[in-house]
Amino acid sequence: MAYLSIQNVAIRGIAACVPPAIDENLTAPVFIEGEAERVIAQTGIERKHVLTDDILVSDLYQRAAEELIERLGWEKDSIDALCVVSLSPDYLEPPTACIMQDRLGLPESCLTLDMNQGCPGWVNGLATLSSLLSNGSILRGILLNGDASTLLSSSQDKECRPLFGDAGIATAIEYVAGAPEMQFEFGTRGKDFKAIWREAGGLRAPITEESLQMKTYGEHVVRRDIDCVMDGMSVFAFGISVAPKSVKSLCEHFSIDLEKTDKFLMHQANQYMNSKIRKKLKVPEEKAPMCLKDYGNTSSASIPLTMVTQCHEEYEERRLDNVACAFGVGLAWGSVHFVTDHIVCPEVIIY
Amino acid sequence: MDINQFIENFTEQFDELEAEVLKPETKFKELDEWSSLVALSVIAMVDEEYDVTIKGDDIRNSDTVEDLFQIVKSRA
Repeated sequence: MAYLSIQNVAIRGIAACVPPAIDENLTAPVFIEGEAERVIAQTGIERKHVLTDDILVSDLYQRAAEELIERLGWEKDSIDALCVVSLSPDYLEPPTACIMQDRLGLPESCLTLDMNQGCPGWVNGLATLSSLLSNGSILRGILLNGDASTLLSSSQDKECRPLFGDAGIATAIEYVAGAPEMQFEFGTRGKDFKAIWREAGGLRAPITEESLQMKTYGEHVVRRDIDCVMDGMSVFAFGISVAPKSVKSLCEHFSIDLEKTDKFLMHQANQYMNSKIRKKLKVPEEKAPMCLKDYGNTSSASIPLTMVTQCHEEYEERRLDNVACAFGVGLAWGSVHFVTDHIVCPEVIIY
Repeated sequence: MDINQFIENFTEQFDELEAEVLKPETKFKELDEWSSLVALSVIAMVDEEYDVTIKGDDIRNSDTVEDLFQIVKSRA
């Protein structure tokens, strides 16, 4: 079983940056009369911040990281590791983390690492980077994550457009002797990878003239082979089944009393799915902050974006005991139990 | 597993559907009341009541209530 506990590593801060452009679901041109209202009621998503052609998700990372490093007062030379978790690289080669090392002015002695992960990415990235830090040689690391989901899916696809928003996150992690243990549970169901995927663009199905053509699969379901496809029903079935099981396994394995934790942070998929998951775990609504309404589903950014947009003051002023659960692209999932103690958590940055 | 109970559970996922409307042979996706939200509710009901995960393809490949019932039964 993929359980993992990590000692002597603490989250020191989280910053989030979103693009300024907003896409309103009520007026999105993919709905028939009355459909927008129904979709908003079901998904809980009213609008999303979306990237436009002149901003990359790495620009959001940069703004978030610069703010975070400045607020922490960290010398750039003290940062030994940089990890980028994303499905939206600047280039297919090299890893975005290498480029970000330079853009952030980090030392050449910095370890860089890209992880190709979607929705579960913040949890996977946190586990990976924290593991590297836990032996005490690498003392400070920055985790950058988030996607350009709106550019990777078709704006004419009503199964994607109402859901996805864009955001970039920076999380600061530090070696701290005696820090409360971080505890994780992970899993993967690769056989269902086609529930959320982009068929063309990799080596198995290279980009061709055909894969760039818009194809119609139904009314307002128009996309290219290079665009993201989501089988909403299968993702829903996966989420409501796997997420509660993962959280229960985590809590049983590490003897965590979910009732005594302060925050239950879920990947922000959609309102209907998230409330099913929350109710299955008997978590009261007030302990499970949500940011779907104004930001949509922001892939791996959704958990830290929820922390920043919904409770940044609480994270700065208090010690909080958190359980988070992320699930999606892969299909894969990860749950984590972690403590934050007066972290740096500035208000969300609009790029 | 009892198909009558399954039909009762299935019926409850619609906002307003008379108790007698659904029969084993009903082509549920042809009902005016069928929607993507009802589909999600049915998936959630099957998960909760039968602890079975049905996927999008299971809904797409089922024509009648009985087709779906057989899928759930085979995995229960």
